[in-house]
Amino acid sequence: MSVHLILFLAFGTVCVAGAVNLLAQRHPINGALSLIAVMAALAGEYLLLGAEFVAAVQVIVYAGAIMVLFVFTIMLLNAGEEERTRGSRVAVLFGIPGMLLGSLLVGWVVLRHSGTEAVAAGALPGDPKVIGQLLFHEFLLPFEITSILILIAIMGAVVLASKPATSAARKVE
Amino acid sequence: MVPLSYYLVLSGFLFACGVAGFLIKRNIITIFMSIELMLNGVNLSFVAFAAHWHVLAGQVFVFFVMVVAAAEAAVGLAIIIAVYRTRETLNVDQVNLLKL
Repeated sequence: MSVHLILFLAFGTVCVAGAVNLLAQRHPINGALSLIAVMAALAGEYLLLGAEFVAAVQVIVYAGAIMVLFVFTIMLLNAGEEERTRGSRVAVLFGIPGMLLGSLLVGWVVLRHSGTEAVAAGALPGDPKVIGQLLFHEFLLPFEITSILILIAIMGAVVLASKPATSAARKVE
Repeated sequence: MVPLSYYLVLSGFLFACGVAGFLIKRNIITIFMSIELMLNGVNLSFVAFAAHWHVLAGQVFVFFVMVVAAAEAAVGLAIIIAVYRTRETLNVDQVNLLKL
């Protein structure tokens, strides 16, 4: 077993454990913390694949900014434990065996037929310079469109989250 | 050296966990976090394919996915706050009317 495989398995175990924990936990804050663990472990996987910049951005933007937003909302709304409702019996009878069968099938096909070629670590330089050149030359139009998307999202968030004006306040205006 | 298929299986597992959480969870914030989990699973396969085929565009697409996820989180959480303000609940089973 090479060092790469050991590291992959270690980070992968954290990922799987965090994802299962997200399903198992009932309090949203526990789910958010396990999701942060998944994202940090995924950053490790990106490092193994030679994508250093993506790994850094994953930690800063995903595990940092976005999850802070989630935790902040959970705190703000004082979210408690979720109450479970009983699902339909058909879903339990057919859904779980179907899901197991489907995932086994997909796993078998992928493991069997996608070959055993190893992904060479560090074969692809993922440093910020190369990515920046790609982003500002080939992907300039999508980049600008995402900036418009972000602008719209900011305005939408401000409009949605602001307190609705009461009718009395509207009359004063 | 790790085969590409291992990364794909891990990515598929994360995506499946996200789908399962989206379907079985009843708290609207946890449902939202399941969507983030799905996006993370997709990102992993993007990076794995980028390394496998030696095409850096895969890593650039990860950034676009992150941008869309950030925009989605900002707008979605604002919607959640608005829903909580009008209905005083986060349980999606009790949010079943378009108009109050």
